[in-house]
Amino acid sequence: MEDFLEEKQQRAASLFKRRSRWQTVGTIAGYAVLSIAALTMMIPFLWQVATSLKPLAEVQSGQFLPQQWKFGNYAEVIRTIPFGRYYFNSLFVALWVTFGQVLTSALAAYAFARVHWKWRDRVFMLYLATLMVPGLVTLIPNYWVMTNLHLINTYTVLILPACFSAYGTFLLRQFMLTIPRSLDEAAEMDGATHWQIFWDVVMPLARPGLIVLAIFTFMGNYQSFFWPLVMIKDEYLRTLPIGLLYFDSSYGRETTLLMAASVMAMVPLVILFVAGQKFFVKGIQLGAVKG
Amino acid sequence: MTRRENDWRTALMFLAPNFLGFMAFMALPILFSLIMAFTNWQMTEKVPLQFVGFENLHSLLTEPRFWKFLGNTLYLMMGIPVGIAGSLFLAIILSKKLRGIVAFRTMFYLPTITSGVALFILWKAIYNPEFGPLNTALAGIFDALGLHAKMPDWLLSIAWAKPAIMLMGIWTAVGGTNMLLYLAGISNVPPELYEAAEIDGAGRWAMFRHVTWPQLAPTTFFIVVMSAIGGLQGGFEQARVMTGGGPAESTITLGYFIYQKGFEEYQLGYASAIAWVMFVMIFALTLVNWKFGKSAFDVEV
Repeated sequence: MEDFLEEKQQRAASLFKRRSRWQTVGTIAGYAVLSIAALTMMIPFLWQVATSLKPLAEVQSGQFLPQQWKFGNYAEVIRTIPFGRYYFNSLFVALWVTFGQVLTSALAAYAFARVHWKWRDRVFMLYLATLMVPGLVTLIPNYWVMTNLHLINTYTVLILPACFSAYGTFLLRQFMLTIPRSLDEAAEMDGATHWQIFWDVVMPLARPGLIVLAIFTFMGNYQSFFWPLVMIKDEYLRTLPIGLLYFDSSYGRETTLLMAASVMAMVPLVILFVAGQKFFVKGIQLGAVKG
Repeated sequence: MTRRENDWRTALMFLAPNFLGFMAFMALPILFSLIMAFTNWQMTEKVPLQFVGFENLHSLLTEPRFWKFLGNTLYLMMGIPVGIAGSLFLAIILSKKLRGIVAFRTMFYLPTITSGVALFILWKAIYNPEFGPLNTALAGIFDALGLHAKMPDWLLSIAWAKPAIMLMGIWTAVGGTNMLLYLAGISNVPPELYEAAEIDGAGRWAMFRHVTWPQLAPTTFFIVVMSAIGGLQGGFEQARVMTGGGPAESTITLGYFIYQKGFEEYQLGYASAIAWVMFVMIFALTLVNWKFGKSAFDVEV
């Protein structure tokens, strides 16, 4: 018996030794691979920032860093196109869409996750089915409707249709399903209405999901290109993605200004991602894989 | 009163805002577009609206450009498996508890955050044959080796435009949402499985093959389905921004084709027909994936 225990201890000790040695090697190798990969990911962005700070004559020099730093490029972007206006349009539209989509999705998700009603699962399947239809299918009829309602060239056309999302409803439903049922049953015993349960019990607990949906919605809408390209003709209603094309097409070789403008356009998204980083893995885990 | 009852009044109250929007901007437009796919709809007064039956479909399937653009779309989709493999590899490394791992994750996710026009513009500049850093770097390497070769014109040449767009796609996708999905999946693998495998003397590769990979099968399945759907629909934005569909229409995908027909030529009936052919392909592909996924990965769906 003692022999057996001793042998077991020795085995555990050698396993531990082997494991810790492998861990050191693994850690070093991991850092090496990560650093190289991270550099590959970052080089294009670093080049973008570097180019945005060069005088135009230096673009073809082949030097990575500017010889002569030209911070004026950023000011020139704002002088050349109504960049502030585009910035405002993009942020204004994306914020309203985010607010609208999170609100309508949360309400609908509650109906699908916490209320019992006839046809519930069938209606939900209808929502899911439309996720498979290419966005391009609905673009054409929506374009027709918007033209006939004379909504082309308005903020409404950019905001309203984006406020309803089958994907958002799906994501939040998955979240709400994980909230223990006993909580709303207890609230119900205390005489809470559905509205109170939604607002005071479910919404606070679904917060990580709401934040993830908000971030996804904001990012998606802020970068949206197809819809505003088709729906907006007026220069002052353009959003950033369309506005950026100005330096690309009209001015030809204004590479430095183009890069400066893109850097400025990216700033809000980077801030948003860093701020919401911790919610991402969790949100996706519940929302998508366990569908 | 309990909530187990059929509470349709409450449901209606909560569902109404979303459902109205869903009907107005999703369900009805889908139906509308299906009907329009069988008409010669052009949105002008000059051409009277007529039912043409399967004429759109017929002329579409007999048009060589359609097949060419389908080919382009499928060509660009070849980058998808490479991107998925890369995402899995990165996720495995990023799942380790290393110092500064959050900073690394952010760096890898950066291309996904900034995807869209700004990123395409950036890559267009990178591929520029005269001043782009890619050719500058390549020329430097070739010079150092004493070789003199002409660098590719990337987006300007028929041979290189598609591979260039594909390469950009892989670069964007590797650290993106798929990586996050894999990270989430890996964190869900019960640690006991690894411990058991280790006591059995399994090496790293054996652990990956017998523990990680099977445990990640549902995630992989989801990723493959979503990527295939996205790939079939995609390609419009990068082509519009980077190449304008050129050179010689070599980067026009089906998504771009719909834009051309619908919003440049105003043949909206015909464009609807293309969109529906695309939907049928996506549907078929999803079914195939579903069947294949179920047997190959033993996925509970």
